[in-house]
Amino acid sequence: MAQLIKHGTATVDTWKTLEIAEGETPESVALPTGDVIFPLAVWQARKAEIISCHKRIGLLIQPDERVEDVAADLDYFVVIAISFPKFVDGRGYSTASLLRQRYKYQGELRAVGDVLHDQLFYMRRVGFNSYALKDGKNVAVAVEAGFSPFSDAYQASTTQPQPYFRRRA
Amino acid sequence: MYKYDAIDRQLINERVAQFRDQVRRWKAGELTDDEFRPLRLQNGLYIQRHAPMFRIAVPYAMMNSAQMRTLAHVARKYDRGYGHFTTRHNLQLNWPKVEDVPEILAELAEVEMHAIQTSGNCMRNITTDQFAGVAADEVIDPRPLAEILRQWTTFHPEFAFLPRKFKIAISGTRDDRAVTWFHDIGLQLQEQNGETGFRVIVGGGLGRTPIRGQIVREFLPWQHILTYCEAILRVYNRQGRRDNAYKARIKILVQALGVEAFAQLVEDEWAHGKDGPATLTQAEFDRVAAHFTAPAYEKPSTSDAGLAEKLATEKSFKNWVDRSTHPHKVPGYTAVTLSLKKHGIAPGDITSDQMGIVADLADQYSFGELRISHEQNIILADVKLSDLYALWQKAKAAGLATPNTGLLTGIICCPGGDFCDLANAKSIPIANAIQARFDNLDYLFDIGEIDLNISGCMNACGHHHVGHIGVLGVDKNDSEFYQVTLGGRQGNDAKLGKVIGPSFAADEMPDVVDKIIKVYIESRHPDERFLDTFDRIGIDPFKNRVYEGRAHGKAKAAQKEAA
Repeated sequence: MAQLIKHGTATVDTWKTLEIAEGETPESVALPTGDVIFPLAVWQARKAEIISCHKRIGLLIQPDERVEDVAADLDYFVVIAISFPKFVDGRGYSTASLLRQRYKYQGELRAVGDVLHDQLFYMRRVGFNSYALKDGKNVAVAVEAGFSPFSDAYQASTTQPQPYFRRRA
Repeated sequence: MYKYDAIDRQLINERVAQFRDQVRRWKAGELTDDEFRPLRLQNGLYIQRHAPMFRIAVPYAMMNSAQMRTLAHVARKYDRGYGHFTTRHNLQLNWPKVEDVPEILAELAEVEMHAIQTSGNCMRNITTDQFAGVAADEVIDPRPLAEILRQWTTFHPEFAFLPRKFKIAISGTRDDRAVTWFHDIGLQLQEQNGETGFRVIVGGGLGRTPIRGQIVREFLPWQHILTYCEAILRVYNRQGRRDNAYKARIKILVQALGVEAFAQLVEDEWAHGKDGPATLTQAEFDRVAAHFTAPAYEKPSTSDAGLAEKLATEKSFKNWVDRSTHPHKVPGYTAVTLSLKKHGIAPGDITSDQMGIVADLADQYSFGELRISHEQNIILADVKLSDLYALWQKAKAAGLATPNTGLLTGIICCPGGDFCDLANAKSIPIANAIQARFDNLDYLFDIGEIDLNISGCMNACGHHHVGHIGVLGVDKNDSEFYQVTLGGRQGNDAKLGKVIGPSFAADEMPDVVDKIIKVYIESRHPDERFLDTFDRIGIDPFKNRVYEGRAHGKAKAAQKEAA
């Protein structure tokens, strides 16, 4: 099970992610109880049902899925997980930026999948605030060093809306 | 030129520490090869045929003498005493050890140099005109905006893992010398109704699928350049193909959508970021521009220190001046090209000793600054006309005054199969064989202006598509062959060359070039350059001569069958 980094520390993940097995469809898959992160397709197919029986709802967005399609629903989600099937697939950084900057999503934004030490700095800047570090990686070292290789940055981003040139003394 | 302030220095020092730690974790097995690869590439480090290859950035071509001396030093200390200037304002070392790279980076950081994003699927080094700031035909000096773009591209959090590499070129002259039509984004500075802005070209590129870029916005006021580029990059990051590396460049996306639909997506995206905090301020522009003020030019003296007489009496000096100087906007000054195209040497290669000499020459004759051209030469941008003779003598003694800039043997050439893992064929030996064939300077001058560009594979690092004569190494049944194109060109009318026919073996190449040149010599009108003659008579006369007596097509098939 992936190790979750949240609030600057390793923590226990209380959420489970619904996976659609072979032969199942978003329409047919059984909805588990508890704190569940639902794939976007399941959310779209079963929205009313999910809302009626879940107090806390999570959403999973894949790289090729459009945040625009759920922009009106963001108030329902306690956590949104953005999937990085491979760490070199950078689409999730744009998804995160859009969620935070354009759609003003305020809840937990979680990076899941191939989440590694050396990308944490960029992930934090686009607006992630929890990170399911890949299995087998040293979570203590990642917490200590992964977020702070650089003390500042030139660009505007979610965590620093003013670019450096507007902050120069 | 731009001097780092506290934040610039801090960031590159932190980059050194970060990479040192990444190398350590990789050696310790904490990072797998696959995990380390993109990290080292974003620091310019390839693992190559013989050894790692390490690519150091020379942002928008500008260097000072201290930086050149440091390059000489690191090439001597960590490599074999030489380096290779590329077509995109970089210096490559061919033989460093991976373990030494953190130390090299630390030494480079001392003189405000780095290898940030010189490779990998990210925004690369910004390139521009090698005569920026001094060219007589310049409308706007592109360097302040190039530096602003350098900072914006450096460690951009959203665009570090793009579908593919991303190259931006910026130009501010009437004559485009930055190949802006063949970059992922080409920016042409211009003035409209007293306002400064950019023509924005997107989706150009050489490589496997050469495509001329298309205009997505005819005029963008300069203040909006960062927000507009953000919009382009966001559209590309989200929609660019990631299933096939050969179809992942932005040019493929622009082609697939059509430029109008693409431009509309960008405009829609930009509507959200326009006028936001990333909009540039006059204060920031002025702060950066203050680094690029003109040096203390002297008033032109009434005496030319014997220049006219020397030009009249020393033909070899005159030849060099004719080929190696470029008009300067200040009277009494000229921009000098030091050729890295000495016959028999790999084009773009320079030894540590030569780097030291170049640094001295820059100090003595050009305010301590120099540039790297995409033609892989060195430029001293601010040389007094009265210093030309002394400079020529010193450059000549150092092997840096071959008067072949813009001529047939001033070849643009990638490292090719001798060094590069991607190459299908060697390129340097082809360049050297052609240089050997055309070793007569009088003949070279008689042939006149011609760009011969050689790439060892379709990735086109040697820009073969835009050579008047382009040579592309191809692999046929595990043998090296060379395909020839004619009529390509850079500049305002940039276009791709046309393939003349079936490819040739390496040892045929000097003859092939010889025949092409002979057709030109026989057909040219007075004052016609190669390209003019080509445009007038078309490709057929060249094709007929080159393939004369050679079996090809059906005849070749028949010959094969008979054998």
